[in-house]
This record gives sequence, structure tokens and C-alpha cells, in this order.
Amino acid sequence: MTIPNDIVITPQLVADHGLKPDEYQKILDLIGREPTYTELGIFSAMWNEHCSYKSSKKWLKTLPTSGPRVIQGPGENAGVVDIGDGQAIVFKMESHNHPSFIEPYQGAGTGMGGILRDVFTMGARPVAAMNALRFGSPDHEKTRHLVSGVVAGIGGYGNAFGVPTVGGEVEFDERYNGNILVNAFAAGLADTDKIFYSKAEGVGLPVVYLGAKTGRDGVGGATMASAEFGDDIEEKRPTVQVGDPFTEKRLLEACLELMATGAVIAIQDMGAAGLTCSAVEMGAKGDLGIELDLDKVPVRETQMTAYEMMLSESQERMLMVLHPEKEAVARAVFEKWELDFATVGKTTDDLRFRVLFQGDEVANLPIKELGDEAPEYDRPWTPAAPAAPLAAGDVPQMDVADALLRLMGSHQVSSRRWVYEQYDTLIQGNSMQRPGGDAGVIRVDGHPSKGLAFTSDVNPRYCEADPFEGGKQAVAEAWRNLTATGAEPLAATDNLNFGNPERPEIMSQLVHAIKGIGEACKALDFPIVSGNVSLYNETNGRGILPTPTIGGVGLLPDWTQMARIGFADENQAILLIGGPAERGTHLGQSIYLRDLFGRRDGSAPHVDLAAERKAGDFVRGLIRSGVVTACHDLSDGGLGVGLAEMAIASGIGATVTAVVGHDPILTFFGEDQGRYLLTVNLDPQGDAIKALWDEARDKGIACAWIGTTGGTELVLGDSRPVPVKDLTSAHEGWFPSYMDGAAA
Amino acid sequence: MKSAVIVFPGLNRDRDMIAALTKVSGTAPAIVWHQDDAVPDVDLIVIPGGFSYGDYLRCGAIAARSPIMDIVRARAAAGVKVLGVCNGFQILIEAGLLPGALMRNNSLKFVCREVKLEVVNAATEFTRGYTQGQIIRCPVAHHDGNYFADADTLARLEGDGRVAFRYAEGTNPNGSINDIAGIFNENKNVLGLMPHPENLIEAAHGGDDGRALFSGLLGAAA
Repeated sequence: MTIPNDIVITPQLVADHGLKPDEYQKILDLIGREPTYTELGIFSAMWNEHCSYKSSKKWLKTLPTSGPRVIQGPGENAGVVDIGDGQAIVFKMESHNHPSFIEPYQGAGTGMGGILRDVFTMGARPVAAMNALRFGSPDHEKTRHLVSGVVAGIGGYGNAFGVPTVGGEVEFDERYNGNILVNAFAAGLADTDKIFYSKAEGVGLPVVYLGAKTGRDGVGGATMASAEFGDDIEEKRPTVQVGDPFTEKRLLEACLELMATGAVIAIQDMGAAGLTCSAVEMGAKGDLGIELDLDKVPVRETQMTAYEMMLSESQERMLMVLHPEKEAVARAVFEKWELDFATVGKTTDDLRFRVLFQGDEVANLPIKELGDEAPEYDRPWTPAAPAAPLAAGDVPQMDVADALLRLMGSHQVSSRRWVYEQYDTLIQGNSMQRPGGDAGVIRVDGHPSKGLAFTSDVNPRYCEADPFEGGKQAVAEAWRNLTATGAEPLAATDNLNFGNPERPEIMSQLVHAIKGIGEACKALDFPIVSGNVSLYNETNGRGILPTPTIGGVGLLPDWTQMARIGFADENQAILLIGGPAERGTHLGQSIYLRDLFGRRDGSAPHVDLAAERKAGDFVRGLIRSGVVTACHDLSDGGLGVGLAEMAIASGIGATVTAVVGHDPILTFFGEDQGRYLLTVNLDPQGDAIKALWDEARDKGIACAWIGTTGGTELVLGDSRPVPVKDLTSAHEGWFPSYMDGAAA
Repeated sequence: MKSAVIVFPGLNRDRDMIAALTKVSGTAPAIVWHQDDAVPDVDLIVIPGGFSYGDYLRCGAIAARSPIMDIVRARAAAGVKVLGVCNGFQILIEAGLLPGALMRNNSLKFVCREVKLEVVNAATEFTRGYTQGQIIRCPVAHHDGNYFADADTLARLEGDGRVAFRYAEGTNPNGSINDIAGIFNENKNVLGLMPHPENLIEAAHGGDDGRALFSGLLGAAA
């Protein structure tokens, strides 16, 4: 069945396209007539939340996005950061939440595909990937199915494409029961003088379509992703795209080969809203019009309408503007890789977006207003209402050893080996730290010593209790994880996942989280260079936990000096850097409260950004001086969990003192911020360690010798010694037994 | 010693293999695109890992029917050494150069982890860098590495010293029969194995147990 282009536009049809009445009025005012059916589809694709950032743009503009190393900030396919020696790291994180809930394997796989394309579109060869996954409660009926499908989908795509997964996150919380989060990160290496952009230049130049053919899959995907879920979710399955990593891998090689010929003027991948979005972006950015002839578009199905072609989200496709004299060279490259190559249009000087189909002009719209001048909202938001602190002395008690064992075997802390062993973590031969540590590290291929560190972080519990502090904490934790390997944090990408922004209390979460992110990025000189906003993460009116995921990238001048989390040897001094003198004080929003007592109360821990920076710079200096033998930042579960993770990673135990007169629950499970655990190969009685303490004291940084490595047990203060092997079996046990259907 | 690496679309450990051959021998291998109509005169032909043709139809099945494989078959028959790793092993089996089949892992999942391998036959040009019975570390990364052969074939492989490597110490990651990780052809000039020795050849990889395969093969210093 074909739908004619001149059907009557009813209010219902407008609503079905996710456009509000006032937005439709804006369209009428803009073009001075009723839009055609295809035009309505184009507006719906360009003006939805996913593509236009209409609710978040005002606030995103407040983020720090520049710095001495930043070559390209937000607004392109990915951010670009200088790493010296004429090279740059190109990276971004992007969500594929709604598709992954509807069809987990294809949804997550095409999420990987999309983010990889964003990176190689800029001329970079992908060298590392991560993914931050958030699922519903383990005992929810859909959770196992979603975990299994999402992980297999990411692996199925990324493994075939050939990029190592170096890190990521997996979390469970009932607030994601009806709306999981799949945030995919990719980074690639490029030469700084060979970065490619989407801005078209020159009139009358060929617009070329490359890659896979266009089908009906994913029609309306970006509009679907910009709506809440209801009970009709199963009906949305056809809006999910189907991925083909084999084509993506060929597209990567063909694009890089083509870029090397000098034929490419501008390039844009076809992601959300496919042909529409890529063509409009290239034209609008270059202040040019674009004319497309849909009869030239390679299609895989017959009888496709203009509407379907313009809104298809078929994967593995690119649009380029090429130097006309190099068209033959370009065609030869694509023929070698057996990919489609078709000249489908040209750039014009009239600032119109014109679409021709079977001899008719089916769309003729002003390109700037469609693209970079799309609507923008200043949505109302409620004042911040952070959760109240716990009452003084409110410290629910449990045996410290029992609590530690339960936390290590909990869904929150347990090992993610079941997940990351389904990802190729060592392809390309440059993985220096694979998943399981604070950050993933790769060496820069071809350079004798340089390495890059990658991490993904956010604590949605903190963000729910206090979006501002939570936003700060997400940035600080990413910065801390990079620092814990010895890397200099360079820049970050943000993937902001929130509920319906039309509700003032949700908009408040978004606004305050962005403010917190901005403040932390400024204080830590850690600019945001790319990102993605995913709103309407709600099912039947209930929002997810606010989840602004931060992907951080750091630079190691010499990867042979990087720190790892496992204890390196016996009889080494364990130092706690940063935080209060009592070591741990803050139990609000901790996993100790949530997972052992079912409590979600208390304030989020405060992040002192000045202290954060001082402690981090001190730790990085120590790592680079060569005295540090292991390093781990403290996060979920505090000091106790941090020590246990260091013991498990090495099989070596430790004995750690209690703080006299202080509640051991607070000492070992408080989640105070800005703290690192180090081991050093220095004599605890010697001069070198004294000098280290003096330096810390002079700088105003807490630095306490809290214990010594050794033996086969972990001893926390006066509590019962816990064999490391028991910690290990608890830690390794939860995930496989859960997926086998045993635990929940 | 000269080597060549055959590249099919969809392979993705070609760069890892080229790096390993180059680092161990000091000489870069010739790179042969699947549409090329000749393979240079070399002593070793390598088919690396990945997902040739997307693993569509059956892993390795499409690449095995590519015209370039006729040349590989002829060279193998003439005694040239042929090494297939992971997808390369699957392609060699599909091309009839090695017996048996590689089925989906018994976990039904892709698996990337380090395993232990026993060098079952060190008296070949591929394995002479190791000692008989040596246990080495080696990573695996595959979805379809579950080796199977009928009883007669298995008896011949075991009886004729054609099992090259066996998963050791309980680390069989995929359910392979007799813990088989790699096998030779009758003349022992063709080796296919699922694990990735090319990803464990230097300190930066956390070990170099894979290096002796290449150094032994290429006659280079270990």
C-alpha cells in the first residue's frame, strides 16, 4: 500500500507525529500553507526531542565545552580532543534506551552501531567501547530477558565490528523496570589534520549516499524515542532497526579509505531520522540548501513512499558531499567493499530542503528552521528539594563481616564477568586494562608509551536524592576513576537520561543535574565535548531515576606506570587519601542502607570539588613517581568494599585498623567522596613515607596509613576475619547464578 | 621466511595477526585481498580471525567458497604451511582442509577469556617453539568454537598426533570434544586453532606465551 503525499492533515495525524498543536501552528506560520504528508514526517523527525534537544538546549549551553586540548566540542558527530603527537581522540556516548526495551538484541546492537558510526564518520578508527546498562529490579519478570538480550546484542555487534570493550557499568533498580537504559560509548583515534565534519561547503556539489540500502525498518524511530511508554509498547516493535555489523565493518574500512583519497568535503552518518536528519544537518550547518532525488536512493524494498524513505532508520548508511572530480575514485572504493554508492542530490544556494520523488516535489522547506533553528523551550521547573539528611546517630547495625560478604555478593557490587566475557575485550591487541578495574586502558598503537583511559560513571541514587550533588558526583567519580590509573583526565561526554521534561519536577532534575555537572567540570578542568539527551524515560507516568551518565577519557604519558586495583604484594602499607579524619561518615543513599536495610533515605554525599582536585592531583603525582603499587577509588560500599575489591583482584588479604571511638559501620561503609586507597612499596617507618605524609599535610590532604596487605583474609578492625576466597566466591557468584535462574 | 595474510571482508583480527607476524619476524607479511587472483610465493599463509561475511549462513562457509581458497588449497597440497586462527580455523574446516566441525559454544554465548592450553604435539614446524606437554596461557574470543568430529576421525586425529593443542586444567570454554583447541591436517602443514596466540606476544599483553608459535614457525629468535 502506498500512502499519497496529499492526504489531509488532521489534528490526530499531527498528534501521532509527536507534534504539539502549538508546534504545528509554528509549522503553518513558517511555511504559510499546510504541509504535505512527507513534510509533516520531516518536521516530526527534526523537531522531536531526540533530534532537536528542544527541552535541554537552553541548559546544555551552560556546560563548559572548551579547553586547551579541545579541537571540537558538542554539535558534531563526536567530540575531538588533542592527545599530542598530531593525534586526537574522538568520542561520544549515546543512548538507545527505548529500542533496547522493545527489542533488546537489535536495540542494543544498533546502539553500538550508531555510536561507532558517529566516531568513524569523523575520520577516526574506533579503538575502545564501553556501555552503561541499567536494568529493572532483578526479581522483575522481564529483567533476565533484557539483560541477556542487551548483552548479546552489544556483543554481537561490537565483536563482529572488531572494537574492544574496555569498561562500563551494569546496575539494577526497580525504577528501571519499565524503561531500561542502554548508553553506548565509543572512542576512535584520528590524526588532528584529518578530522572530517558534517558542514557542507560549495554549491552544486554531489550529495552521495553510501553503505546499506534503505528499507522500511525504523520508520519513526526517533519520534518513538521521544515519547513515554504505555501499555501498547509491543506495538512499537517495528520502529526498532535491525543491525548488520558486517556492513558496518565494511563501511568503516570504505570510509577511512575514501577519506584518505581527499574526496570527502562533508560527511554525516544516517542515524536517528536517517536521510532527513543527515541531509538537513549538512545543509543547515553549511548555510546551503539540499536537493534530494529519492528515485536515486538504493532501496531494498519495492513501493517505498517518499515518506518512508525520508524517515527510515535503516542502519549502516552515510551521506557525503564529495569533490565532483573524485567521484570515480570514491565509487571504486565502495565497489571494492561491495557497498551501495549513489549520487542522490546536490547542494544548492537557496537554503531550501527540496525532495523530489517520481517527478513530483514532495517537500520544499526552509532548511535552517528545520535544523539549527528548531524550536527551543524554556520549560518550567520546580526549585531544588534535596532529600533530608539522616538523623544524627541513625546507623542501623549489622556485623561488619556479614555486611561485607552480603554486599560483595549483591546485585550492585558483584562481579560483572558474566557480562564482559561476552564482549571481545582484547581485539586490536592494545588493551592494557580490561573491564573489572577503575578504568579501561589501551595503549596508543604505534606510540612507544602513550595510553588512554576510559570510564563511565553516575550514581542515580545520589541524583534522585539531590540532582545537583549527583551531577557533580558523576563527573567527580569519572575524573577520580581516570586519576586512579595515573591518567590525566582530558574531557568527558554526557548522556543525560531523564523522565518527561514537561513535568516541572523532572525538568528540575535535569536543570540541577546539568548545573552540578557544569560546576564539577569547571572545577576539575574536565570539559564536556559531546553528548546526548534522552528524555521521556517513563512508563505509565513514572520516571526512571535521573541518570546523567558521564563517560570520561584520560591520557597516560607512560602506560607502564599505570596503577591497577589489585594488591601487588604482601606487607605493603595501605594508605587512604582524601575524605574526613574518621575515614567514613556518610551513610545517606548508601548501598549499605539500600541493599541491606531496604532504605532509600538520607542526603546524597557532598562533593567538595576543591578537595577532590587536590587529592586527585596528589594521587596522580604519586602514581607517576613510581611509589604506588596499587590504587583504587572508593565509591559504592565505601572503604570496606574498596578493600575487598583490591583483595579479590589479587588474592592477597589485608589487615586494616578501626577508628577508635567511631562506629565501624560508618568507617567501612560510609560513602564519603573524594577518596582513594593506595598501596606503596615504602617502609612504613622510613623517611620516604614521612616525606609523603608531610607533603599531604602541607597540601591539606588527609593521608592515613590504615593497614597492611598480606595473608589470605581481610580483617576490618575488630570484626571477624573474612577469607579472600569467600569474598571472591560471593563476588563471582551472584551474576551467573542469577542468570541461571537461581538468585534474584 | 615469508608470510602472507589473506583478508576477507568482515575479518577483524587481521591487524592483530599482521602486527604479531611483523613484531616476531621483523618483516611485515604480504596482504592478500580476497579478490586478488594470486598469492605471492611465501612459506606461510595465514587466515586470521573475525567474522568473514558476517558469519552469515555458517561461520566460514562463504569465505571457504571464495576463489582465492582454490589457491590456498593448491599451496597447502604443495606443502606450504597454512595457519587458520578462530574464523580462519572455521574457514579451513569449511574449505575441507581440516576435518570436523566447529559448532556453537555449549554456553550458547560468545566467550572472551584466558584459557590454558596443553601443547599436545610439539614435534611440528608450528609447535616446535614449545615443549611436549607444555601448558601455556592463551586468550579465546569466539561464539562458535565447539569442535566436533565423528569417532573415526577423532581416533585418527588422536592416533596420528594431529591434535595440536588441548584446553587444559578445566578451562575448555566451549564444550569441544576431547578438549580439542587446535588440529593439524594429515601432513601437519595446515594448523587450525580457535585461541588467539597473536594477542599474547609481548609484555604489554600481560604475557608472551603465544609468541613461540610464531617464532618457531618463522624461524625467528623467540
